[in-house]
Amino acid sequence: MNTESKSGVAAEDSITTTDETGSKMDRMVNPQRNADSSSIKPTRGMTGTTLFFALLVGIYFGIVLVKSEVVRWQRVHDMFMFREAHMYLIIGLGVIVAMISMLLIKRYHVRTIDRQPITYQPKPFHKGIIFGSILFGAGWAITGACPGPIYAQIGGGVGLAWLTLIGALFGMYGYALLQPKLPH
Amino acid sequence: MEFILQPWPWWISGVLVGLTVPLLFVLTGQGFGISTSLQQIGAMCSPNSKLAYFAKYNRRAGLWVLLFAVGIAIGGFIANFWLSAEPVEFLPESYYTVQGGIRLLIGGLLIGFGTRYAGGCTSGHSITGIANLNWPSLVATLFFFVGGLAVTWGLGYLIF
Repeated sequence: MNTESKSGVAAEDSITTTDETGSKMDRMVNPQRNADSSSIKPTRGMTGTTLFFALLVGIYFGIVLVKSEVVRWQRVHDMFMFREAHMYLIIGLGVIVAMISMLLIKRYHVRTIDRQPITYQPKPFHKGIIFGSILFGAGWAITGACPGPIYAQIGGGVGLAWLTLIGALFGMYGYALLQPKLPH
Repeated sequence: MEFILQPWPWWISGVLVGLTVPLLFVLTGQGFGISTSLQQIGAMCSPNSKLAYFAKYNRRAGLWVLLFAVGIAIGGFIANFWLSAEPVEFLPESYYTVQGGIRLLIGGLLIGFGTRYAGGCTSGHSITGIANLNWPSLVATLFFFVGGLAVTWGLGYLIF
């Protein structure tokens, strides 16, 4: 009984099951709900549904990355050489579509499928945004991949992309070690 | 069907890339950004580390990004082997050498260090950050291009 009142979803469903037996049944039908309802807020990002949908959207994004060819070294090189607009157009249009989506989400107070509010966590400015971005840009030009495309290349069967990932993990460890000493 | 098997034009690709942001927000409540997956892997591989970068990181809350990365790899497989008329040429032939492998390792190192120092990559800063009018993300994107252009135009003869 107590657990049901914490979640709007459960409260709606339990209109007809206000007695003790009813809520037991509700628990049997939806064993996960009662386990989750008390802990949705602090642990967002770890429920089974969230992980499943993260995998699903990942598959979608991986397909888009490969079919749009932004995972190809040649496309990235031609972007930095100003030989073709392909990458600029995709990134630019992507930003515009994402921006309109965010405006609609805010305008209509769209919530997640778990009925949680959608909030963007701003990334504050620090000096690392300048230094780190220059280093990442250099790596992007050399490997022809940013972090997303590394995974897409590996999945696409490019054995060499494992080297890019191993390098990236070493780079991440390097940052973890040096973080206290770096200007931020 | 033939249309799907060819490389997709920029206007379809751009719309689909942009839609990743609302899809991820609505379905998982998470902001689109993939380079955190590196920190997630690091934190999971060193559970007892005293480094603040790992010790203060919430491994359980970040688990979704690992699944997202695995999904991208699966999507890469599907797109290349089932949805392409010809295999996609990801890397040019010059990379299939010892020097090429070293280039990828060093480039990867710069990606890992740089994205973590900058707190995001093309997805977290350029797409999601700018779309949310977060001005430091615009600064980050400009400096992505400073680094990329400097290497391509300045060291191009040495590297490529």
